[in-house]
Amino acid sequence: MTELIKAKVSELLANQTADRVLGWKKGEFFYDETPAVFQAEELDDLVYDGFSAPNLSKYLIKESKKEGKVIALLKPCDTYSFNQLIMEHRINRDNVYVVGVPCRGNLDINKIREKGIKGIQSIKEQGDELIIETIYGTKTLPREEVILDRCLCCKGSQHMVADEVIESGEPAWEAKADRFEMVTKLENMTSDERFAFWRGELSKCIRCNACRNVCPACSCLQCVFDDPASKVQAKSNADDFEENMFHIIRAFHVAGRCTDCGECSRVCPQGIPLHLLNRKFIKDIDTFYGEYQAGADIEAKGPLTEFNKDDVEPSIVKERGGK
Amino acid sequence: MSLNEETKKEYKPLIVAFCCNWCSYAGADLAGSSRLTYPTDVKIIRVPCSCRVNPLFVLRAFQRGADGVIIAGCHPGDCHYTSGNYFARRRMTLLFSMLDYLGIERERTRVEWISAAEGVKFSTTMNEFAKTIHELGENKKLRDLRCEE
Repeated sequence: MTELIKAKVSELLANQTADRVLGWKKGEFFYDETPAVFQAEELDDLVYDGFSAPNLSKYLIKESKKEGKVIALLKPCDTYSFNQLIMEHRINRDNVYVVGVPCRGNLDINKIREKGIKGIQSIKEQGDELIIETIYGTKTLPREEVILDRCLCCKGSQHMVADEVIESGEPAWEAKADRFEMVTKLENMTSDERFAFWRGELSKCIRCNACRNVCPACSCLQCVFDDPASKVQAKSNADDFEENMFHIIRAFHVAGRCTDCGECSRVCPQGIPLHLLNRKFIKDIDTFYGEYQAGADIEAKGPLTEFNKDDVEPSIVKERGGK
Repeated sequence: MSLNEETKKEYKPLIVAFCCNWCSYAGADLAGSSRLTYPTDVKIIRVPCSCRVNPLFVLRAFQRGADGVIIAGCHPGDCHYTSGNYFARRRMTLLFSMLDYLGIERERTRVEWISAAEGVKFSTTMNEFAKTIHELGENKKLRDLRCEE
């Protein structure tokens, strides 16, 4: 796959379609791939495999404002975020050449480790199998068992926007789980149980801001949480209220714009299931105001920027029943 | 224990009411001039429009010790700014649903449409809401301990 992409990209660079590429390169370890910009002569470092998880669309905000055109490699789910950013006029579309890359679901290194595989040196993908080279010898695992959680609720293998799509010929990855399953489970708990669940999760927060920094919807030039006068930073992990407030407000600010890309939960060093907050908003928007997928259609209006005269009343929260 | 100390310990809820300038605040005025009573636990904050209420305001109110928050605005369709309360309605529905999801009792938050002519509705709504909050007791889940004296 990497070779296929490299060939395509060097062809595009050679015919002057663009002058650089935004893609992934290996980080400190082979499994923590990071976004990087490549010139034509640096293409050797470009990789694309199951660990190419970072959503590159956010990096295009800066990259598209520079001179010249940039090739952006986007997975199907990244294109939703790309569209959303186009809707918000954050990306200069003229400076971006989108190359859609196929995706078979990202891999979760922690799930591989949980299988008891230690001393991993490299991982090769061969069809539906993973060939894992460890210092103790070679092991194989079915790919399906170690897929990143967010990819279990895949939005599909269609690119929402692309100037060109690279076909791999491999079967597309399909969703295996209902994305609202956990949200519904939480909704059916009593309010005290829910409170205990969220206190347990949110109290792990160390306010590293990784979720905010990685989120394609969190692209404000000035963030409320960066205001030194609010002293939010200083208060951050001293008090449980701040943890609650940070996450409620962050989720609210991206409500209706969150494409459910799942980057927040992926990057959280404490493993807080932050996507459950976003999915609650998505679920509510779907039930109250009709199905809406942010980033699927650039012409659509966001659910919080429009209204209907016969919208449900806020008392629905009480009337809906439940515990 | 003296009688004085006993009364001090009696639970007095703190209710924050965000009232829109054009309808609900005038409704409160009418309630006053018509000599209708509403509990002293209710503290009114006047806002230009119900859609001026940022979700952060609601959280801040809880942080500083509010036991209940009520947002009162013009009836849908009667907004002084044409459509402000329609947006507020969507926002507050989602915010309150989220607070409920996080385990904050859903009775602590409320949105009510009160026009300038509805002094009676203002008084009954506030009495009703204060009663609910009184029954629920203190808000312990969303409160910043550093804000206590």
